[in-house]
Amino acid sequence: MCLDCGCGSDQIKIDNESHACASRRVNIEIDILAANNNYAAANRRFLAEKNILCLNLLSSPGSGKTTLLTRTITDLKNTHAMTVIEGDQQTSNDAERIRATGVQAIQINTGKGCHLDAHMIAHALQKLQPHDDSLLFIENVGNLVCPAGFDLGESYKVVILSVTEGEDKPLKYPDMFHAANVMIINKIDLLPYVEFDLDRCIEYARRVNPDIEVIQLSASKGEGLAQWYDWIELRRDHLGKSIGAHGAPYGESV
Amino acid sequence: MHEISLCQSVLKIIEQQAAEQNYSRVKTVFLEVGRLAAVEPEALRFGFDAVMKGSIADGARLEIIDVIGQAICLQCKTRVEVKQRFDACPKCGAVALLIEQGEELRIKELEVE
Repeated sequence: MCLDCGCGSDQIKIDNESHACASRRVNIEIDILAANNNYAAANRRFLAEKNILCLNLLSSPGSGKTTLLTRTITDLKNTHAMTVIEGDQQTSNDAERIRATGVQAIQINTGKGCHLDAHMIAHALQKLQPHDDSLLFIENVGNLVCPAGFDLGESYKVVILSVTEGEDKPLKYPDMFHAANVMIINKIDLLPYVEFDLDRCIEYARRVNPDIEVIQLSASKGEGLAQWYDWIELRRDHLGKSIGAHGAPYGESV
Repeated sequence: MHEISLCQSVLKIIEQQAAEQNYSRVKTVFLEVGRLAAVEPEALRFGFDAVMKGSIADGARLEIIDVIGQAICLQCKTRVEVKQRFDACPKCGAVALLIEQGEELRIKELEVE
């Protein structure tokens, strides 16, 4: 084998010397997601400087993300400044639903893309110019797979699962439930009408993520929302102390 | 299917490194892919050829280095192989595995000219 490049051509000799092979190996050792993680770290710094609590909402389509978000905004907008980044493949329907509540929202259409990435969020932040001490909600593309791998620089990942879905989703989509800090079980008002084993669902979620917190609520009927709002308040109080530990899944220092 | 966007990130890194490491053509990309990285190697191969077309890595070979999942059991302190995130410890049965390896998604090396 050719000692220069391993191309198997050491039989070829030119003036009794092995051929000059231009091919060589170079060491790279770069994480493919490094660029995204750098943007995420910059977003996280920006948000920390402004003392903004940023929640990345993740779920499959139809779990009630936008309903929960509009309800949360309506209930909290008199006491908190807030902005919203909406991610969908197409349409600005969701951003319009948010704007109808009187809160500033930006729509990112990912086209064929299946997730938001940190670079998109960086651009959206420039446009939004969120206020100091405000809340920022990011509603990710409805997808329990791809968004799990892309750190946006958020403070926390919130995964939403509704009782009209399968209770085994935490096992079917373990990466998402592993990445999330809190799981919201939505539409609990429908529990009497569906076959959804609440305890088993929580057990499955803890199996992939022993530290995951669980909040049960009904965004449309209002049950359990107080606990969700308490959770938000508590995280706001702890802002700056815990973001590094909870919000940096790729281990960047903040 | 975020494999396409991962391939685009690979291309970006290759192009950025070209000036630094002084090469103009990439023949092989050696990619470490952990079994717990939520990436489908076949989808990655499919996206790779399409994304590299017309670039300095047009026609390059993708060499996937398979990295098995490994964890340490917080209960019995044994180092074990894991196939999925929610595996229980095969030694003691505890669901308390701390993943140490298998989430890699990294360009290891390039064969260049």
